[in-house]
Amino acid sequence: MSALVAEAVSRNFGGVQALSNVSFTVQPGERRLIIGPNGAGKTTLFNMISGAFAVSDGTIRLFGRDITHLPPYERARMGLARTFQITNLFPNLTVLENVLLALQAMDDSAFLLHRPMRANAHLFARAGALLEAWGLAALAGQLAKDISYGEKRQVDVILGMAMQPKVLLLDEPTAGLSAAEVVRVVGMIRSLPRDMTILMIEHDMDVAFELADRITVLHQGRLIAEGPRDAIRNNAQVNEIYLGAE
Amino acid sequence: MTAPRFRPALAALVLIGALLLLALPFLLTPYYLGLIVKIMIFALFAMSFDLLIGYTGLPSLGHAAYFGIAAYATGLLALGPGWNLWLALPASLLIAAATAALFGLLALRTRGSYFLMITLALSQVLWGIAFGWRSVTGGEDGLPDVPRPNLGLPWSLADDAPFYYFVLIVVGLATLMLIRVVNSPFGHALRGIRESETRMLALGYNVWRYKFVAFVLAGTFAGLAGCLYAYLNRYVSPGYVHVVMSAEVLLMVVLGGAGTLFGPVIGAALFVWLENLISGYTERWLMLLGIVYVLVGMFAPNGLTGLARDLRKRWGRS
Repeated sequence: MSALVAEAVSRNFGGVQALSNVSFTVQPGERRLIIGPNGAGKTTLFNMISGAFAVSDGTIRLFGRDITHLPPYERARMGLARTFQITNLFPNLTVLENVLLALQAMDDSAFLLHRPMRANAHLFARAGALLEAWGLAALAGQLAKDISYGEKRQVDVILGMAMQPKVLLLDEPTAGLSAAEVVRVVGMIRSLPRDMTILMIEHDMDVAFELADRITVLHQGRLIAEGPRDAIRNNAQVNEIYLGAE
Repeated sequence: MTAPRFRPALAALVLIGALLLLALPFLLTPYYLGLIVKIMIFALFAMSFDLLIGYTGLPSLGHAAYFGIAAYATGLLALGPGWNLWLALPASLLIAAATAALFGLLALRTRGSYFLMITLALSQVLWGIAFGWRSVTGGEDGLPDVPRPNLGLPWSLADDAPFYYFVLIVVGLATLMLIRVVNSPFGHALRGIRESETRMLALGYNVWRYKFVAFVLAGTFAGLAGCLYAYLNRYVSPGYVHVVMSAEVLLMVVLGGAGTLFGPVIGAALFVWLENLISGYTERWLMLLGIVYVLVGMFAPNGLTGLARDLRKRWGRS
């Protein structure tokens, strides 16, 4: 069964057609890169898959189930996680508390009112281990708003990974990072379990071609090419309208 | 979230504070003891409101609705069927909770300033009823001579000291419950909603459900404060549900510092004390309150507790 299917998905904002008739299928465990120039509709597509925006037309399926009209939190509970193009953390909570919120969502204790949060030692241990694994343990006690931009981007990705999703949507995780930080984040993504399905929007072509199994190319709201990495790399149309445009 | 530590200085402070609270009836005149009782009641009211504005980020301007409707329920049950406290208190709280549930269903469909407007409008509907339905609520005259509850103890709550201890115990227990709630996983999720609702949804939280429970919980604790206030004054009036009351509790929270439980307590104490002090000299209490509010907004946007925190940080004490 396919991990994620989009069938003729469209979205318009007022009169503007942000996405028209986009269809694709992602297999379980696949690394699918979504590329395209600014305004191609990549983030709009992610917002519709994750449920942040409603689709105007079309159907989205997650492991065979129609999720087109499910609220975002139910999609998340089915194993769909996302990160954000514009860093979306909990600024006045510490980095550790940020990660704890990601872990707690699926924990049985999430809705308990009478028990102290400290009692969730297993969540604290997992949050600490995650930060340790990515060399961010020193930041645990700092407020998320006080850490550097590059660190925020990494915490954003960690929040998505912490959910241990079946399908992870990464929205330009390397945008604005230094070369060294890009290497770290690519390493993070590479380390994810191979059976986790990943959809990733990326502007950096080196990163895109390094991570991708298959690549989908969007342009002005339309899907103009899709195929294995090397086929896209050598696709004349893609080179002309996207790579050539730079 | 730092690891729990035993802090001897804090423990000593709490102990001294508790002893002082127990000794107050022997130290103060009845007038000032009544003022302390009023501070405790408004501290509870303000803490309940902070659950919404400070923890969940819901800016309600109608929180007096639950405070007032529970006060009316308490007054009517005491004057009418004459129920004892063990029936009247749960019934009043239930009415406050049910009102909050109903208003929450309507108001939580909106956010931001729309949420503010609709909570204001809903609470003013209650004010209209309290003001207009003379045969039940007494209209503008309110409900006078509400008797204080009889607990079947050797001490009568009509006396100042026993009533003080009664309020101290009720507010103390309610405070302990609120402390538990804000430190629970649920309380942590509320702060997450305040910080980023979209991220909470993406993480799998049913944000609406958390907001709704917080709204009903805040309304219920406000109702508890309203019951106590009806007993304190032995009187209930439409002012208890009025938007001015909602604005005052908002000011208390902002004054003390939103997002902590301690802030609203400080805010309530300062508010009640200032009101009492200034009203003795001039009619223009509201004008002075406005000035205080502007000063806090300019120089201590995080309230007085926030200001203290910032100063301590600046002077290098951690």
